[in-house]
Amino acid sequence: MRIANVFACRAALLLCAAFLFGLGGARAGEAPQLAADPALEARVMELTSELRCLVCQNQTIADSHADLAIDLRNQVREMLRRGDSREQVLEYMTARYGDFVLYRPPLKQSTMLLWFGPALLLVGGLAVLVVVLRRRLRMPAESFEPDEDLPAVASIHDGSTARNP
Amino acid sequence: MKSLKFLIPLVLFGVLALFLGAGLKLDPREVPSPLIGKPAPPFKLARLDDPAATISREDLLGKVWILNVWASWCVACREEHPTLVEFARRKQVPIYGLNYKDVRADGLAWLGRLGNPYDASLFDADGRLGIDFGVYGVPETFVIDRQGVVRFKHIGPLTPEVLRDRIEPLLVSLQA
Repeated sequence: MRIANVFACRAALLLCAAFLFGLGGARAGEAPQLAADPALEARVMELTSELRCLVCQNQTIADSHADLAIDLRNQVREMLRRGDSREQVLEYMTARYGDFVLYRPPLKQSTMLLWFGPALLLVGGLAVLVVVLRRRLRMPAESFEPDEDLPAVASIHDGSTARNP
Repeated sequence: MKSLKFLIPLVLFGVLALFLGAGLKLDPREVPSPLIGKPAPPFKLARLDDPAATISREDLLGKVWILNVWASWCVACREEHPTLVEFARRKQVPIYGLNYKDVRADGLAWLGRLGNPYDASLFDADGRLGIDFGVYGVPETFVIDRQGVVRFKHIGPLTPEVLRDRIEPLLVSLQA
């Protein structure tokens, strides 16, 4: 009885396995029909998501449904399929639409402020902060408004001799 | 010197206001074309009115000409059209159309109904030449010189002001 059970189990497992493998096989067979070349498609998406759609400027060419974006996606796909490199595609786009299509602008003289502006502002702000704080550090305690929460300061109000520097 | 310190915020505000004011005047849709000062892309396309006849870039070398990108489905082109028809009547410069991603019959019907300002129109059904010219917002207008170099580009409908202030002075200097 037990042996029969074991056999039944094994048979069921085998059936399951066969079923799963069968399905897997069928899926693998279907895939090429869905997307001719998933690897190429992934590269097209990766590249076009770095390019700005000029019709709707806050969308990438990968996201946009504008006619021009669809045309440009097809163009990128065609170029990649015939073996063009990523640089060649970007060059093709910038030759026609300018650096504006690149979401990652190149480092040039005209884009220096764009690249380093935020860092300059940060450094400038920090410098001002340091200067102000150091100047305050040298000021005598009397030049500040008394802080009413502190007992030591309260004593100044009381007119006692205990002073907090 | 110290007495003028209170002016600092006011000056900063003034500078900021100037920048923001200038920013308001910029049109973010006017993307500078990298094509200005460069040779127009090569092309050889069939004419809209005659599929058998073609026009190429080389055919137009030696004369200053205007390329106007249009389509029958384009609302702004309709808006621009009377201005262009009026300008063409003055015969200052040959105007070639680029019929962009259109249906041939629709394009011809459109010209028949509204008037044809073009010496000829190129038929760019798949928009490939449009991409080569960096077209992204029809209508667009290019001025191309005798050497086939793009000298000027206008995005959006032509207005009498643009023609008078930008294009006509340029034509005069190019045709001199």
